[in-house]
Amino acid sequence: MSPEIQIVLIAVITAAASAIPGTYLVLRRTALVSDAISHAILPGIVVAFFLTHDLNSPLLLVSAAATGVLTVFLIEALIRSRLVPEDASIGLVFPALFSIGVILISRYAGNVHLDTDSVLLGELALAPFDQLVIAGVQLGPRALWTMGAILALNLVVVGLAWKELKLATVDPGLAALLGFSPVAIHYTLMAMVSITAVGAFDAVGSILVVALMIAPPATAYLLVDRFAPMLSVGVAVAAACAVLGYGLAYAFDVSIAGSMATMCGAVFTAALLLAPRRGLVAQARRRSSQRLDLGLRMLLVHLLHHQETETEAEECRMPGLHRHLQWSETRTRQVVREAEARKLVSRSGDLLYATSDGRVVADIALIGESE
Amino acid sequence: MDLFGDYTLRLVALGSAILGATSGALGSFAYLRRQSLLGDAVSHAALPGIVLAFMLTGSKVPLVLMLGAGLAGWIGTLAVRLVVRRSRVPYDSALGIVLAVFFGVGLVLLTHLQKQPESAQAGLESFLFGQAASLLKRDVVAMAVLGAAALTILVLLWKEFKILSFDSDFAASIGLPVRRLDGLLTLLLVVAIIIGLQTVGVVLMSAMIVAPGAAARQWSRRLAPMVVTAALIGVTSGVAGSLLSSYVPRLPTGPTIVLVLSVIVVVSLLLAPGRGLLWRSLKIASLRTVPDLDPVLMHLYALSHQHPDDPDHGHPVAVIRTMSLPGANIDAALEGLASRGLAERTPGGGWAPTAIGRREAQRIIDREAGEGP
Repeated sequence: MSPEIQIVLIAVITAAASAIPGTYLVLRRTALVSDAISHAILPGIVVAFFLTHDLNSPLLLVSAAATGVLTVFLIEALIRSRLVPEDASIGLVFPALFSIGVILISRYAGNVHLDTDSVLLGELALAPFDQLVIAGVQLGPRALWTMGAILALNLVVVGLAWKELKLATVDPGLAALLGFSPVAIHYTLMAMVSITAVGAFDAVGSILVVALMIAPPATAYLLVDRFAPMLSVGVAVAAACAVLGYGLAYAFDVSIAGSMATMCGAVFTAALLLAPRRGLVAQARRRSSQRLDLGLRMLLVHLLHHQETETEAEECRMPGLHRHLQWSETRTRQVVREAEARKLVSRSGDLLYATSDGRVVADIALIGESE
Repeated sequence: MDLFGDYTLRLVALGSAILGATSGALGSFAYLRRQSLLGDAVSHAALPGIVLAFMLTGSKVPLVLMLGAGLAGWIGTLAVRLVVRRSRVPYDSALGIVLAVFFGVGLVLLTHLQKQPESAQAGLESFLFGQAASLLKRDVVAMAVLGAAALTILVLLWKEFKILSFDSDFAASIGLPVRRLDGLLTLLLVVAIIIGLQTVGVVLMSAMIVAPGAAARQWSRRLAPMVVTAALIGVTSGVAGSLLSSYVPRLPTGPTIVLVLSVIVVVSLLLAPGRGLLWRSLKIASLRTVPDLDPVLMHLYALSHQHPDDPDHGHPVAVIRTMSLPGANIDAALEGLASRGLAERTPGGGWAPTAIGRREAQRIIDREAGEGP
């Protein structure tokens, strides 16, 4: 396996593993907990590193995940004290923990390759150099195994607690009523977020974990309505962003993690604009067609009102019509053109008439449909 | 030790003070408006602005970089607003996406710059975690100008911002331009953030917005004292943190300031009069040690039966104490009974139940008898 393929594979697996807990975070409106956890696990990693002097020790994973859960607990203790609101509680806890981590690194870890840059950026490009070797056999990059295990773990947890997680996310009240402990489910999810963040931390750094966890599920949320498709679309989008991001990084020789986040943003923006029903373009189109429909109806009611009366010559004549309807000239021309195209209006000289189809439209607008 | 004698240190202290004052004052409003995490998004979103400003102009003049940071941060807030209003993606997800994606774009640009030969980008990295020692006179001047402008606007529109923050519906009903004020206040927040970026860094700047307000809120229930306290807390931690990091080698400025600030927040949460956690637990403890009046009243009543013809016959405190559980606060209980008119001190220095006290004691006995098996 060439190093490039190894990197892409790690990126894809990391992204897919992140999108799974991310889907729940987006739906539970606790997306920024991922930001808090991914920052706050730093001191956990650093302390475990000082104890073991081994960046690959599994103790790092355990200690970091425990720190993540501790972070959630601290945030919730602050909220429960009712001294600070929820958003500020998040904003108070994680910078403090992250600061401790950064200071520990820059004071005491001077020369090991645990430095503040890798904390923020990750070291995906270096991952292939760190091979897992067991009994003298090279088994591929260590990060691939770690993230693969985390992805498997996430899949197992989601598979086992599918119903509970889904119910507690969509309707926490009902979940509690049916006897599922919301606290247990919440902390299961938070443990999943922590473990995933720790694994992804190595690859993409603390800030871009947030991009991978939140942006792909949010993209999926714009595209589909049901839970299971949202989860799978989120995972697929994340994997695609990873591949595209690597391509971008390769082409321009820039940070891989940054490129992946950029791609997450690009894909989300595309979905925001182009999503079939919810996209901004679809919204704008719907609005303009509604506006046109309204214009057509107003025009036909106006014509019908004055048709075959003595005001006809004045009110239904094309130049000047816009004054009677109090529209701009452009809008008047546009609506009349559309009305003619739909054969709702016919023209003799400058005068406009409602056709029989047009009368039906005006009648419906005035008295509603008969059935 | 001559703390402020050194020119660089004076500059650093001054810059941090400006940063602390503006972010404390404007952060208070963000705190009250539940926008604490908007600061996080804005400060991360500023990174691509800084790098782009440098790429386009090739200069590291502070006002240029700050302008770039401010523009990018401002676009970030607009993006959050657009996503929230025009799609069903929730607010917190929108913040997270803007935060991480803008930051990612910033990293892409930064790494692109680093790969350039003869690159002069050195120093831009200090925007990640902040570097107080890198502050120059022109930086501090730029910070002072922006900070003074932001605080002046805050003072001039104080009443409007106050109404907007506490009751925006009311603000709209009395004809205030709520949307424009809201935009302006957010813009001021962006200004406060970009002032601090060079000192604290984009990663931790959000703490400068949240923490002083959160700490000050514990000490005050009124807006003006809260904002002033927050500004003072901001100044204190800014100056203390950046001086510490200038003195101690390998102590990054941003994290140091944030830690000082966090200590102040913890102290405030514990000690704030009336609402702090320590205060609260003291109150609960004092509720626990309030003397139990009923047993002492029953003892007095029982003793009074020994002198049926002289109901006012007093008994010494020592007698009551031997009848009670060890450690019970008999004196306080007697005072409590006396203040309720249930017992009184007799001329002989002893204690006796009053007529009301005897009736009350009998009532308790009857009630407990009624509850018996």
